[in-house]
Amino acid sequence: MATLALEGIRKSFGPVEVLHGIDLDVADGEMIVMVGASGCGKSTLLRLVAGLEVPTEGRILIGGRDVTALEPAERDIAMVFQNYALYPHMTVFGNMAYGLKIRGLPRAEIARRVQEAADLLGIGALLDRRPRQLSGGQRQRVAMGRAIVREPKLFLFDEPLSNLDAKLRVQMRAEIRRLQRRLGVTSLFVTHDQTEAMTLGDRLVVMNAGRAAQVATPMQVWSRPADVFVAGFIGSPAMNFLDATLTHGGTAATLRAGPVLPFADGRRAGPEGMGLVLGIRPEHVLAAAPGEAGEWEAAVTVVVELAEPLGSETVLHGRLPDGEELTARLPAAEVPALGGAAQVSLALRLPAAALHVFEASGGRRLDPVA
Amino acid sequence: MQRKAIFGGRALPYALLLPQLAVTLVFFFWPAGMALYQSVLREDPFGLAAEFVWFENFAEVLSDPGYLQSLRTTAVFAASVTLLSLSAGLFLAVQADKVRRGAGLYRTLLIWPYAVAPAVAAVLWLFLFHPEIGLLGRALNAAGIPWDYRLNGGQAMALVVLAASWKQVSYNFLFFLAGLHAIPASVLEAAAIDGAKPVRRFWTVVFPLLSPTTFFLLVVNLVYAFFDTFGVIHALTRGGPGNATETLIYRVYVDGVDNLDLGGSAAQSVILMAIVVALTAIQFRYIERRVHY
Amino acid sequence: MPEAPAPAPAAASRRSRPPRDWNPIHRVSWRTHLWLLLGVAVFCLPVWITLVGSTHDASTIGRGDVPLLPGAQGPENYRVAWLEGGGRFRTTPAWLMLRNSIVMAVLIAAGKIAISLLSAFAVVFFRFPGRMLAFWMIFVTLMLPVEVRIIPTFQVMVSLGLVNTMAGLTIPLIASATATLLFRQFFLTIPDELVEAAKLDGAGPLRFLRDVVLPLSRTNIAALFVILFLYGWNQYLWPLLVVNDQSLQTVVLGLARMIGNGDSQNEWNTIMATAVLSLLPPVAVVVLMQRWFVRGLTETEK
Repeated sequence: MATLALEGIRKSFGPVEVLHGIDLDVADGEMIVMVGASGCGKSTLLRLVAGLEVPTEGRILIGGRDVTALEPAERDIAMVFQNYALYPHMTVFGNMAYGLKIRGLPRAEIARRVQEAADLLGIGALLDRRPRQLSGGQRQRVAMGRAIVREPKLFLFDEPLSNLDAKLRVQMRAEIRRLQRRLGVTSLFVTHDQTEAMTLGDRLVVMNAGRAAQVATPMQVWSRPADVFVAGFIGSPAMNFLDATLTHGGTAATLRAGPVLPFADGRRAGPEGMGLVLGIRPEHVLAAAPGEAGEWEAAVTVVVELAEPLGSETVLHGRLPDGEELTARLPAAEVPALGGAAQVSLALRLPAAALHVFEASGGRRLDPVA
Repeated sequence: MQRKAIFGGRALPYALLLPQLAVTLVFFFWPAGMALYQSVLREDPFGLAAEFVWFENFAEVLSDPGYLQSLRTTAVFAASVTLLSLSAGLFLAVQADKVRRGAGLYRTLLIWPYAVAPAVAAVLWLFLFHPEIGLLGRALNAAGIPWDYRLNGGQAMALVVLAASWKQVSYNFLFFLAGLHAIPASVLEAAAIDGAKPVRRFWTVVFPLLSPTTFFLLVVNLVYAFFDTFGVIHALTRGGPGNATETLIYRVYVDGVDNLDLGGSAAQSVILMAIVVALTAIQFRYIERRVHY
Repeated sequence: MPEAPAPAPAAASRRSRPPRDWNPIHRVSWRTHLWLLLGVAVFCLPVWITLVGSTHDASTIGRGDVPLLPGAQGPENYRVAWLEGGGRFRTTPAWLMLRNSIVMAVLIAAGKIAISLLSAFAVVFFRFPGRMLAFWMIFVTLMLPVEVRIIPTFQVMVSLGLVNTMAGLTIPLIASATATLLFRQFFLTIPDELVEAAKLDGAGPLRFLRDVVLPLSRTNIAALFVILFLYGWNQYLWPLLVVNDQSLQTVVLGLARMIGNGDSQNEWNTIMATAVLSLLPPVAVVVLMQRWFVRGLTETEK
């Protein structure tokens, strides 16, 4: 159990820099989820912490000790791989015991630890099996067990759930969380799945193109995304983005589609006419009859292109008059019968309180002036 | 192709490579270099002095009617062995492919000759075709066909071809059988629905689909006939009668070991290396092409 | 996950294959069997004649009364062949030649596997200056079979004092591009994560080699061993060049030497008994280890 600190980590493969300076402080016992699209550098970052790659620049400290130059085995960490990387020719016991054997632990101690971990994971009866005789979920548990028996300072998870089917993934997700809480081991978890990220992490590191776009709790990331990328990445269906300009002395935005939206939370600093991107989540868009918009709302009309009924809710994909796309997630009862006819127009309301304001250039979140 | 995950270590990889490289350098590169070197030298008969003669050895070898004769002999020998063993192997494979019951037994009974050394194969066929003690050799003589491979060059060639092909049939059989198994049944059924008659189906569908296997075996059999049949000839005919069965490899051996013509033998070695390089290049171009399919 | 070894392609396709009714002679399947049996007969005839001959006395064979059924001299012929040797020169007894052949074949096969495994491991699991050079040096040996460099190689053997030694008989033959290529190919299929998991477990390269790579290579090693054993056993030209000491005579070469010029006065019965003995080990290896043999053949030649 230990803290983890990354200081100015850069990594290049040949001429290509894939990590452009990452700083991160992880508290003892914390579960950090690194999430991002493929190629964003999240796996590379994990491998740097594991010692499987060497950073081009920067330091890695585990429990305050600089481990940047140490071999993986000397870092006192354990890792669960995406494909589990079990030794196919060893039994479950052999797989879990291998690292302990190499460290020269006494036999009895190895047997005790393996048995304990196996019982914890519910694979105590499988110790004599070989990996190929196990199901995907069981292999996953063995891979976890191999990490647990080591009693490391740090757990590293490299998309460990992505090879499981959907149902098992949900189950293992909860189990990993429980286990991590119970053992209290500081953990880094890499995934491309936002649901996994939201449910597992104490804090998220949202990675974009080799940078940490935002480091925050899941709710902060969702409610106050740091930039357009984070806003679009977290949440499903993805947040709507509408082009706008700063008007009315910084107190409102005028949509390219026409309507004016006042800022509910305060004035934004910036020159009149500055380019903005307004974000609004589909679930915050409301249905309304035309012309009924209140003071803190903007009324828009969309041409519906596709309606996806999900049962209690319906997801509408439509287009504003200026051609911008807008997705709304409405209670099924509020959606009028659209029939098969194309080009149905529908009035919607955009509540100002649900608005996220970003700079058009750079995409940073633009907070109200204090 | 490279792998991402590797180990560190400076001296260790060299230590691991050392045995292989040592053997390679001492027993492959050194002699090959010597062959190249000697091929442009001429030593006096006592080995006391050597003279640099450029390509004279090559010119001499290539203008020697005996060498050209053995080149022809090799061509006839290699072509015969390849043709005989390929067609017999293909025929047996096609038959075995049809059998469902006992297929494994037939396979076992047909592949064991591959284990027999070429020289031992030669000895076995000698027991059969010896003009005085061999079952078939005597039968031929009794039937009024004068048979003695020790006197008749054509018969000697026929016997070494037979003995050399025998074990290679097993090899070709095995690969053709695998090739036949790999042809999807649906293709054959489609051809049948198209109305092609069985024999025609074989030549227009099955045989073309086997062509990668056939080409691969063609090269392998040529290499075998060129280089691996020394034992057959040495054990059966010693290149005779006359020079009727003297192949290139046999000649290198005779010129080097018996006649002690180092320069000439080295020049022949270099020519042979060129042939191997050419055959290997053909083989690899073919493999590359197959990979890119 | 590459945990389960892929089934041999031939076996897999056989299972899924519907019966073949496209074939010309399928309906008259006795003809198919006839052809196959004929093939088997052609393969077996010389061996049968040899086997029968080895149970008669020398004069029966020398007269040319070739028998088709076994005689009574078998035990005596095999005793002479085994203990005394035969042929004009009463050369090396079969037991010694067989021992030499087995020792030579095993040393060559084991040596080739050992040094190829190590060098493939070095080339695949390390990065170091000269790596590609080393790989190409090994690769090029494919193009330099003993047969094309007979005399210079013999001269090297003389300068190293290896003529007439078991070391001289085996060491020059243990460099193997084929085995190295095969192991390299196989090592490249070992997932990166397995290497990384081993690193995290604290295994160094040699430990990884012993605990993971070797156990995973077992089937490849077995298949290669069969092929390379046959390769070693069947050597002819090399022993002919390097060995003239009777006590190092191998059975393949010794058998050919016993025949000499094929004089009909030879002790054919003893020679035939020796021939049968010389067939047994390699044929037994192929028949008993057929699975590995087929696999080894198809993998080394591709």
